[in-house]
Amino acid sequence: MNYRYNIGCSLSNLKGIRDFVRNTLHENHVPELQISAIVLALDEMCSNLMIHAHHCNPNHFLELHINHPDKGIYVFEIIDDGSVFDINQFNEPGMDSLVHEKRKGGLGIRLVKSIMDKIEYTSEGGKNICRLTKEI
Amino acid sequence: MVHIKRLQENGADIIAVIGEIDASSSIELDLAIAKSVGEGFKRILVDCHALEYISSAGLGVFMSYIEEFRDKKIQMVLFGLKEKVINTFQILGLAELLHIRESKSEALKLANELSV
Repeated sequence: MNYRYNIGCSLSNLKGIRDFVRNTLHENHVPELQISAIVLALDEMCSNLMIHAHHCNPNHFLELHINHPDKGIYVFEIIDDGSVFDINQFNEPGMDSLVHEKRKGGLGIRLVKSIMDKIEYTSEGGKNICRLTKEI
Repeated sequence: MVHIKRLQENGADIIAVIGEIDASSSIELDLAIAKSVGEGFKRILVDCHALEYISSAGLGVFMSYIEEFRDKKIQMVLFGLKEKVINTFQILGLAELLHIRESKSEALKLANELSV
């Protein structure tokens, strides 16, 4: 199994990303609540990239791959050529400071780290690959 | 894509959120809550029956009002959340920071109790 999706960096395209991930996981009979969590993690990763690495430029593109190499293992790759936005380098802020500082950001990274089992970054042929692994 | 409707019942402002809230649409939720606060409502109920999806952008909007509501003695209660939506709140432990009830009547009752 190997699925691919290309999308311009406009936040209005996030729904398309969610639909693609949801439909792919449905086809593979992943349980509903797991699908919802994974869809959320991919939405968070892609919106982070669109905003921070591509400044929402619709002429910049992201490529999303979903692989299912082994039973129960799903690998999601987000490929782009923007600046690397490595969430492993960010210490997610505590909930208290988020409330106090009225910050509307910072929750997404916490969500992705809670949902996914592994988050890795590599670079191949001038492209950045963010690889998220989830065992179901 | 999200639609937001507001109506008033028993002096409380009810904000119904219909559809999906992500980074492209969270501003709509923010504006609706800001409007409610600006109009002086002390009890704000958020009807989430038709909320199909929420990402951190939407959760962040709710979080960003917690202190202001504490200072202004405004009570906000969310109700009618679907399991897949409440799951997102639970992953972050937000269910403990926000008031959440199953039905509108329970939400109104809590808002009234907290207002005393």
